Amino acid sequence: MLRAQSNADSLSLGGIQAAGPIGRCIMSRTISDSTLKRQYLLDRLFRGATLMFAFLVLALLAGIIATLLIGAWPSIKTFGFGFFISSEWNPVTQKFGALVPIVGTLVTSTIALLIGIPVSFGIALFITELSPRWLKRPLGIAIELLAGIPSIIYGMWGLFVFAPFFGDHIEPWIDQHLGSVPGLGIFFQGPPLGIGMLTAGIILAIMVIPFIASVMRDVFEIVPHVLKESAYGLGCTTWEVVWRLVLPYTKTGVIGGIMLGLGRALGETMAVTFVIGNAHELNASLLMTGNTISSALANEFTEAVGDLYFSALIELGLILFIITFIVLALSKLLLQQLSRREGRPS
Amino acid sequence: MAHYLGRTLIAAGLALGVVAAASAADITGAGATFPYPIYAKWADAYKKTSGNSLNYQSIGSGGGIKQIQAKTVDFGASDMPLKPEELDKDGLMQFPTVMGGDVPVYNLPGTIGEIKFTGEVLADIYLGKIKQWNDPAIAALNKGMNLPNSPITVVHRSDGSGTTFIWVNYLSKVSPEWKTKVGEGTSVAWPTGIGGKGNEGVASYVKQIKGSIGYVEYAYALQNKMSHGLVKNKDGNFVKPDSDSFKAAAAGAEWDKAPGMYLILTDQAGKNSWPISGATFILLHKTQDKPANAKEVLKFFDWAYANGDKLAEELDYVPMPNKVVSQIQHAWKTQIKDTSGHAIW
Repeated sequence: MLRAQSNADSLSLGGIQAAGPIGRCIMSRTISDSTLKRQYLLDRLFRGATLMFAFLVLALLAGIIATLLIGAWPSIKTFGFGFFISSEWNPVTQKFGALVPIVGTLVTSTIALLIGIPVSFGIALFITELSPRWLKRPLGIAIELLAGIPSIIYGMWGLFVFAPFFGDHIEPWIDQHLGSVPGLGIFFQGPPLGIGMLTAGIILAIMVIPFIASVMRDVFEIVPHVLKESAYGLGCTTWEVVWRLVLPYTKTGVIGGIMLGLGRALGETMAVTFVIGNAHELNASLLMTGNTISSALANEFTEAVGDLYFSALIELGLILFIITFIVLALSKLLLQQLSRREGRPS
Repeated sequence: MAHYLGRTLIAAGLALGVVAAASAADITGAGATFPYPIYAKWADAYKKTSGNSLNYQSIGSGGGIKQIQAKTVDFGASDMPLKPEELDKDGLMQFPTVMGGDVPVYNLPGTIGEIKFTGEVLADIYLGKIKQWNDPAIAALNKGMNLPNSPITVVHRSDGSGTTFIWVNYLSKVSPEWKTKVGEGTSVAWPTGIGGKGNEGVASYVKQIKGSIGYVEYAYALQNKMSHGLVKNKDGNFVKPDSDSFKAAAAGAEWDKAPGMYLILTDQAGKNSWPISGATFILLHKTQDKPANAKEVLKFFDWAYANGDKLAEELDYVPMPNKVVSQIQHAWKTQIKDTSGHAIW
C-alpha cells in the first residue's frame, strides 16, 4: 500500500507534498536511487506522524471515557439506572439522582437554540444577501468579537444587568399573560426573580448566536454566484433563493454550525451558574430556578466530601459526555436523511 | 546574540535562586477558601520577619481533607471540623485558627431597623414553612415594625461551603424538624430557595431580589453594607453580629472538653454570644514523617496567634481568644510526634 502510493506519486503528481521534488525531477530528468529512497522514507515518516496524531485523539477520547467510568463506578454501582430518573440530590443522606441537572441542561440548551437559530439565520441572511457592501465587514467583525467574549463576562452581565431588567419588566408580563393560558400556563408561572431556566436559556442564546451566525455566514458565502444569479434571473424572491437554493446547498455546514452552538450551550458552565439559580428542584415553570450538569459540577466539585458524592459528580460528567455523543450522532443521522431525500420534489 | 545569551543566563540564575530560596523552608497547605485571605496575609508578613514562606492553595475544604489524607501537603485546612472518629481513622489532629460567623442578610426596601429572628423562625423560613414577611411568627418578634406582605425568597449557597455548614448546623440545633428533614453538612438538599455561588453569589442575589433572605460570612455582610438581622441566642438575648459577640461565643466554649477539638460554635451559651459562629480548622498528621516541616507549620501558626490578631481584624476575621490558643498549644505538645514518638513542639 505504502509502496504503491509512493510509486503512484512519482508518476501522477498526485500528492501535494510530492509535487515540489517531482517538479524538479522532471526538470533535470534524472532521479537517483538515493533521492527516491529518501523521499520514500520521508513519506513514511510523514504518514506515521499524521497517523500518530490522529490516533492521539482517539487515545485521549478513550482515556477520558475510561477515567470517567472508573470515577463514576461507585455511584453507578450504588444507584444503577435510578440515577437517571431520581430528582433527589442530598449530600447529607448521600442519595443522588441526575434528573434535575439533565432536564436543566436539555431545557436551557433547547431554549438557546430556539432563539439562537432563527436570529443567527437572520443575521447570516442579512449579511450575505441584503446588507449594503460597506456594512458587511463591520457586522462580520462585530459577530466575531461577540464570539470572543469570555463566558464569565456573559454571566456577570446576565446577573447584574439582564436579570434585574428581566425580573422587573419582562417576567411579570410573562407571568400575567402567558401564565394564565390553559395547558401552556404551567411553563410560565412563578415569581419574577429575574434568574431561572428562561434567563439562562436566553443568555445561552446570546452566547451561541455568534457561533452559529458566523458559520452560517461563511457557508452562505460559498454558494456559487452563478446559481443564485440564475435563480434571481428566473424571478425568484430573496426568500425563495435562500430557502430553496442557499439552504439546501449549505445544509451540512448550517447543521454543523448549529451543532457547534449546541455543543457550547450544553457545556457552558460559568454563565449558566450565574443566572440559573442552582437549585436541585424540578420545576415545570421556565421562570423557576434549576440546575445544569456543568453548573452543578462547577458548584460542587471543590467541596464534595465523601466518595459517593464525588463519584456522583463524575457520573454527571459522564452523562454530559453521553448527551453530547447522542446529539452528534443524531445530527449525522439527520444529515443522512436529508441527503437521501435529495433530488426528490419537496 | 551575546546579549540574548546573557539575558538567558541571568534569567536562569534568577530561577535557580528562587528555587533554592523556596526549598529552604517552604511549607505547603491546601484547603478551605474562607480563611484564604488571612492565611495569605499572614504568610506575607511571616515571610518578612522569618524569611520562611508558606504556600497555601485554597482548593476547598473537601480538597484540603483529601490532600492531607494523601500527605501531599504539610497541612490541610477545613471549615468543617472532622469528627473525632474521622480524625482517628487517618491519624489526624485539628485545631482552630480564626473565627467568623454567618449573618442573616435580607433585602426589604422600606423597612427601617434590624429585623429580629430566632433560630426556629430562620429554620422555618429555610424549610419553606414561613412564606411571607408579615407572617405572625416574624411579626411577633418585631412588634411595631412595618413588615410588608410580600413573599420571602430564600437564598442559599449552591457550592459546598463551611459557611453553609455553620448555618445548617445551627438550624439543626434549634429545629428538630430541620434536623430530621434536612440535616447538616457543607452542602445539603435545600427544601426551597435559589443557590448562589460563593458568598458573593448569595450577596448579589439578595441585593437584587426584593424580599429575599440569605446568609453570608460576617465579613462579607460588613464589607457590602448589607442589612442584617439580630438573632436570639441561647441565653434569650437578641444580639448583633460583631467581633465582640463572636469572641463571646468562642470564650464560652469548652475546647479542652471537646475530644479532637470537634467543637462547633453555634448556639453557644453566654449573654452576648452570637449564635451562628464558627471557626476554621487546620489538619495535621499526628505522626510526622517529616518532623522538620511539621515544626515549621507549628512555628507559623504560633507566630500567627501571637502577632496576627491585628491583621485578622483588619480583614474582619475574629482571632482566637488567648485561653483557646494556650489549649491549642497544649494539644500540639501532647499530640504531634515524629516517627520515633518524640514530641515535635
